[in-house]
Amino acid sequence: MENRPQWGSRAGFILAAAGSAIGLGNIWRFPAVAYENGGGAFFFPYLFALLTAGIPLLIMEYAIGHKNRASAPGSLGKINRRFSGIGWWQLAISFIISVYYAAVIAWAMAYAIFSLNLKWGNDTEGFLFGDYLKLADTPGQLGGLVPGVLIPLIIVWLLALLILYGGVRKGIEVANKIMLPTLLVLFLILVIRALTLDGAAEGLNAFFKPNWDMILSGKVWVAAYGQIFFSLSIGFAIMVTYSSYLSKKSDITNNAFITGFANSGFELLAGIGVFSILGFMALQQGVGVDEVVGGGVGLAFVVFPQIINQLPALNGFFGFLFFGSLVLAGMTSLISIVETFVAGAQERFNMTRTKSVLIGGGLAAIVSILFASNGGLYFLDVVDYFINNFGVALAGLIEVIAVAWIARELKNLQDHANEISDIKLGAWWKICLGIITPIVLGYMMFDNIKTNITDNYGGYETWFVSVYGWGIAAAAIILGIVFALVRRTPANIQASEAKEVSQ
Amino acid sequence: MEGSAVTMMIIGIVIIWGGLAASIVNAVVKSRQKGTKSNS
Repeated sequence: MENRPQWGSRAGFILAAAGSAIGLGNIWRFPAVAYENGGGAFFFPYLFALLTAGIPLLIMEYAIGHKNRASAPGSLGKINRRFSGIGWWQLAISFIISVYYAAVIAWAMAYAIFSLNLKWGNDTEGFLFGDYLKLADTPGQLGGLVPGVLIPLIIVWLLALLILYGGVRKGIEVANKIMLPTLLVLFLILVIRALTLDGAAEGLNAFFKPNWDMILSGKVWVAAYGQIFFSLSIGFAIMVTYSSYLSKKSDITNNAFITGFANSGFELLAGIGVFSILGFMALQQGVGVDEVVGGGVGLAFVVFPQIINQLPALNGFFGFLFFGSLVLAGMTSLISIVETFVAGAQERFNMTRTKSVLIGGGLAAIVSILFASNGGLYFLDVVDYFINNFGVALAGLIEVIAVAWIARELKNLQDHANEISDIKLGAWWKICLGIITPIVLGYMMFDNIKTNITDNYGGYETWFVSVYGWGIAAAAIILGIVFALVRRTPANIQASEAKEVSQ
Repeated sequence: MEGSAVTMMIIGIVIIWGGLAASIVNAVVKSRQKGTKSNS
């Protein structure tokens, strides 16, 4: 009898995996990326990237976790003992992402409350950087703690750790079964309202109008692969960990198709909602949609409050829906990110779940206080950029090369997936992972390194980018190597194997 | 909205949401078939 915890149902796993993939980036990154890279024409490279990299990588990670039934270091270590370092590296990346991701959810939580009386006033930019974040004058200046960020940050961590303490079935699965459908309902109400606003058609026209000239640009194809890669929670241990909790006979391939299409389906919905609202804003200001388009923190916390101010009625209600959606989308992703290192620590050090949640999650919560300081936004901006581009993407590239070319494990994973899945994998899957994905990710990496060696990201000073950008990305690699090299005692291995991961 | 934008919107919706619906339907049908086989 296997002791490893399992999802209560197939739907529970799919909701958790989709909840992990659907995050803040779906709402504030995809619409802007699509618009800047050809509008409607972007759908072709985007769909091509989904089918040739996104879903094949999801299937690979599901198969690795399901076959080896351990978190990322354990699962990759069973393919080749040396690969456990890649797994530890991915866990270190997850740890780093969790500490700043929680801070953004905390901002959204605060803004959900602010929206009830439109506390941001008319100067939404001044409110965000001055009144709310109390941003330091220069990057690298830590300053003091900002209570308005710290309090919701503590709430976010308490919620996340409470859910994780509940375990896979009673914690993560139940939370996703509540939060993901709620997110969908809240967001649908928001999109329906957005579609009925004046100017929505102009916004949608700007979003979907194809610019065919751009489809031949390599930059557009790299952007499409980047969007798919960063939004599917692949390359940083989440899907390996989640699939290790599937029952032995559970499907893999069809689950990957559902997760991939659910993530893209939500991105499309977000694009429709965001551009309908931007069309309304452009009409109110008497400018073109191109003048109000943006993405990231600026779109969510500066532009959206402006739009909420201009809504004809129920401003506070729709503001609450928008920021509530951000909180839900963020929480389902945060839980999955933290679960990777909670499960990894539990297996590696043979801890109880309570201990690993308290130590692993508690440590992440303490480190994330850095992002509740006056200088938090600067740290967040640089760490996010470097850990994504030189952490997630690089670890994903190394993982696929290691599995496909060094261990030549694709055939075994294909056989494993085909044995239990409804959709059978053919040669296309191996071509996608063995050739297309490494080439595209390798090119992305080369391009990123070239760009960042030439210019400092965001115009920051060299010391700041070196320490908090390159330094943090390098620290994740070093941590991975250190954890992989630290030998486990025979007693520890024996106890861990006997116990697997207890609830 | 211009015709080309409407066309691209429809293509996007049909492929992405249609792909999601088809994957879910496939999962439900196959699991029902497996349930029927194991009962018989």
